[in-house]
Amino acid sequence: MSAAADLTGALGLAYWAETSIKLGVALIVIPTAALMLGYLFLLKMMAFMQSRLGPTDVGPYGTLQLIADAVKFLQKEDIHPAAADRRVFRAAPVVVLASSFLLFVVLPTGPDAVVENLDTGIFYAMAVSSLSVLGVLMAGWASANKYALLGGLRAAGQLIAYELPLILAVMGVVIQADSLNLQEIVRVQAEGEIFGFGLIGNPFILTQFIGFLIFMIAAQAELTQTPFDMPVAETELVGGFHVEYTGFRFLLFFMAEVATAFAFSALATVMFLGGWWIPGFDFDAPILNVLGPVVMLVKILLVAFIIFWIRFTYPRLREDQLQKFAWKVLIPLSLANIVVTGIFKVVL
Amino acid sequence: MVAQNIAFGIIAAITVAAALGMVTTRNIVHAALFLVAVLGGLAANYVLLTAEFIATTQVLVYIGAVMVLFLFGIMLTRAPIGRIPQMTGATWPVAALSALALGGITVYALIDRFGTDSLATDNTVFRTADVSDSVFSQYIIPFEAVSVLLLAALIGAVVLARRD
Repeated sequence: MSAAADLTGALGLAYWAETSIKLGVALIVIPTAALMLGYLFLLKMMAFMQSRLGPTDVGPYGTLQLIADAVKFLQKEDIHPAAADRRVFRAAPVVVLASSFLLFVVLPTGPDAVVENLDTGIFYAMAVSSLSVLGVLMAGWASANKYALLGGLRAAGQLIAYELPLILAVMGVVIQADSLNLQEIVRVQAEGEIFGFGLIGNPFILTQFIGFLIFMIAAQAELTQTPFDMPVAETELVGGFHVEYTGFRFLLFFMAEVATAFAFSALATVMFLGGWWIPGFDFDAPILNVLGPVVMLVKILLVAFIIFWIRFTYPRLREDQLQKFAWKVLIPLSLANIVVTGIFKVVL
Repeated sequence: MVAQNIAFGIIAAITVAAALGMVTTRNIVHAALFLVAVLGGLAANYVLLTAEFIATTQVLVYIGAVMVLFLFGIMLTRAPIGRIPQMTGATWPVAALSALALGGITVYALIDRFGTDSLATDNTVFRTADVSDSVFSQYIIPFEAVSVLLLAALIGAVVLARRD
């Protein structure tokens, strides 16, 4: 709120002008983020790790594969199954994409470089990320296809189960930072000290390591990446909830998945890795509005690398193992983490 | 305040339209999706009332959890596409009557309690900390009562579901 107001004051922009600039930036950042992760990890890294030939073959160093894919998707016919519920079928990918679009609104990349510095920051992020399940269920149902419906139901069951540990893992950070606001969480980390040694601040990955692990596992499940990709398991469900989607509607689902992976990596960066702050700088040095996004991007790519690394190397869990793991391991562990964090908060 | 009033008008119109759609549609999944729109509209109005935390909670709890469970349950059992013949809406007079009664009681209670009170117009956002301060001090007894009620409902649900 205050940072955004400062920026408006400094540039002297009207509310509508500021809002349209912010919207424009968010609209550019999301496809760029999706393209970057898609090219770097989904194409190049996957090709190296799994000996796939395509992405090394098209154009110099395989750089044109992404363009080839995009053109392929866009020129495909837009097919609706005859028995489908057309309106719901069309709305579903938009709901999923809107969910990841709303996530980007609160991600801070510098002292003033944030679309909207909401007081409820991380809570808001958790709330809007839970909206994507709705789109997945709509897609699964409206396709009039039993594989799609099964995929949608699996996705819903999985996302409900893993949303709990995700939010509970965040609670540890919130307790330690005394705030839901993402900028405040970055500030507390920047001004923190490790046993009196304050040069690199106190990234919460040190004190909240269990929280970080739970968050990353739950995020992997929220993003339906392997080993938690039961909802889209090709060998059983063909493609899960998006099996009937072609062309640009499928592209919307795909973009939303990768963009959400980017946003979750950014949330992990802000909450556990110190966010955009660079050691040695003042917390609100104006230069950080330029350097901050770069630092954020490097850290985000690092976290996203881990997500996709696990995706490309692990086999898939069985549905019952997946549910048991959430309810019997992750949730009790994250509750214990909250209790321990709370005790330390009161004692220290 | 003009902008807020226009926004309120638009949001309210969408919410009411979605509510009407929800009770008149002949497809149960459509009804659930209309309900999502209604709850989303309410969340938007909470934002206009500068109650950011309540709006976020509305989205997280009602849309992200309750409605997803509703849809999950509906789709897990039977949810055909298109009109459902059993959904005739034959009992609508009774439903309209009870809705009117409930609406009347709510409106009466609100006017009786708040009358012509109005919100401060200086655009102060109610901070999450203020909300938690009042919940855990002034309203601690209702809060605890609701917690116990929820716990009782939870245990009841477990007992009903487990028929060993």
